[in-house]
Amino acid sequence: MARKRSKHEFRANTLPALLTVGPVTAVMVLLIAVPLIYVAVMSFCSIDEFYNVKFDFTLDNYIRLANANYLKIYVQSLVIALVTTILCILIGYPFAYIIARTKSRKKRILYMLVIIPFWTNSLIRIYGWRSFLGSSGWLNTFLVKTGIAAEPIDLLYRQGTTILGMVYCLIPFMILPLYTAIEKLDGSLLEASSDLGARPAATFFEVILPLTSGGIFSGSLMVFIPCLGYFFVSDILGGGNSDVIGNLIERQFQSGNNWPLGAALSIILIAVTLVLVKIYQKLGGDMDSLGV
Amino acid sequence: MGKIVEIKGVNKIYGNNHVVRDLNLSIEEGEFLTLLGSSGCGKTTTLRMIAGFEEPSSGSILVEGERVEDKEPFERNVNTVFQSYALFPHKTVYDNIAYGLKMKKVPKDEIRSRVLEMMEMVQLNGFEKRYPSQLSGGQKQRVAIARALINRPRVLLLDEPLGALDLKLRKQMQLELKRLQKKLNITFIYVTHDQEEALTMSDRIAVMHDGIIDQLATPTEIYEHPATKFVATFIGETNIYDGCITSIKDGVAAMTLENGAVTVKAPEDFSLLEYATISVRPEKMRFSTTPVEGFELTAMVRDYIYVGSVLKCVVSLPNGNELKIERLAGQDLPPVGSRCYPYWNVEDAVLIHNESHYIFEALNNIRLA
Repeated sequence: MARKRSKHEFRANTLPALLTVGPVTAVMVLLIAVPLIYVAVMSFCSIDEFYNVKFDFTLDNYIRLANANYLKIYVQSLVIALVTTILCILIGYPFAYIIARTKSRKKRILYMLVIIPFWTNSLIRIYGWRSFLGSSGWLNTFLVKTGIAAEPIDLLYRQGTTILGMVYCLIPFMILPLYTAIEKLDGSLLEASSDLGARPAATFFEVILPLTSGGIFSGSLMVFIPCLGYFFVSDILGGGNSDVIGNLIERQFQSGNNWPLGAALSIILIAVTLVLVKIYQKLGGDMDSLGV
Repeated sequence: MGKIVEIKGVNKIYGNNHVVRDLNLSIEEGEFLTLLGSSGCGKTTTLRMIAGFEEPSSGSILVEGERVEDKEPFERNVNTVFQSYALFPHKTVYDNIAYGLKMKKVPKDEIRSRVLEMMEMVQLNGFEKRYPSQLSGGQKQRVAIARALINRPRVLLLDEPLGALDLKLRKQMQLELKRLQKKLNITFIYVTHDQEEALTMSDRIAVMHDGIIDQLATPTEIYEHPATKFVATFIGETNIYDGCITSIKDGVAAMTLENGAVTVKAPEDFSLLEYATISVRPEKMRFSTTPVEGFELTAMVRDYIYVGSVLKCVVSLPNGNELKIERLAGQDLPPVGSRCYPYWNVEDAVLIHNESHYIFEALNNIRLA
């Protein structure tokens, strides 16, 4: 009797679950969990004289990363990410507001202006900026030809240029959640605010901003976190003096050929990310609006 | 009493849509005026123009004798109660009600005492710290009213404020609103499509239809002497007859209809051979088993519907038009299927001038008859 029932239960519950959620779980485990565990394990390994990974246990990698030179780059990376996020909010908010509040066909055009670059490889777009800003690039050629500048201005290889590239790459991640938040805003609330004597600025700070803060939170998170890892932007536009954590990781896996150290850096980046997401949740952020 | 709001020759046009047509309306101070009409008649647009959310395409709006068409909503001394309440979801009940005073930079102590007083008035004491999502529909409605009234506006605009409430609560809120309005002596401009609500609460009703006011009068006047065919059919139930006046003698007109002939009391502005409409309320209709002097209407009893206090009789004319007649229950009545002769007391029927487009209809009817 008991066996019969368990067989029935297998047919009714376990089998459908295995067939539907099973493959998804398998893919997730194989492609996400296994590599992550592998990286975590590797971060406690060392290398031999031929740069081969030795699977022993050591905390050396983490100790090396507590070095002042590394700390300087973490701080620099956080500063770049913070400035990028703030700029994205300042530029993205008005833009998102305009798209959300525009009626008719213009709205779709504006929306596509945000989405289309999003579909193009960001590496290519960053190279585009490089040729635009370079000493013989379009901008400098224009400035010199028109006599605005006597000679080409050094626009590349500055921290500001890296931030420009970051803002450019990541701003859609800010605009889209903001757009969703502003779009959801009930227009009659704005009318009510005005009706009760609030000038437009007061309506913005009392009603619009608090009700769209969720969008600002999720947008900020989606800009801040990738910004720590977008090594190609600082590589191509920033030269050597605006490294982010992503650059350090990339270098250890490529030229440095020290995979365990790179793995330890990756684990640190993941930890930072998790802490930020936790803070986001604590502040009442909605995980769905992150698209994760 | 002075005029607090004057609307002069206001038009509102959206693209090809002429929503409000050359509207003129004066609203007295302290009055409860209702804009009544079906959806799309321009009543909400009119209200929104007074509030400042919409700009008139032409014409002028005066509040307290001052032109306001170019003023922003926050510069106008009127407040609105929105259909969807439009409470700020991120603010507590207290902060919602205090919002208007905060915007006017009223001292904190005064805000506190006024908010508490207001909450007392709408029976919301103890709800200060709740958020709108924690309130029932009726409570939200009270917050919305308190939030508007705390600013002591000269005019309160209400856009179908009770539309989302269930019937029982709506009846209760109707009386409360009316009581508040009397107590505070504030002018209320109230928009609704519910004719019963309009009749219960208003001092005057403006019945709107296709962007114009068909009739502006007291509830009694509107019900008993509708000025147009639309008003007659929109407010309450009625029986409508189109016909031609064939003789007038001593203020009583004989009229020829498609289905026969009737007599009706005619005011002096009706003339011989005019095509006019007669409206007779079901409770004023009678029917007899024998022909009645002055009436040549024959009908057949179709059905009796018992609704408690009265019996609703449905009788049909030869052309298939059905008449609604109300009788007190328990009276002797001819059986279903038998012949009857509908009539009314001459003074119980209302004669209405026909609008031009009905004339052709009436002409055709007569020709067919």
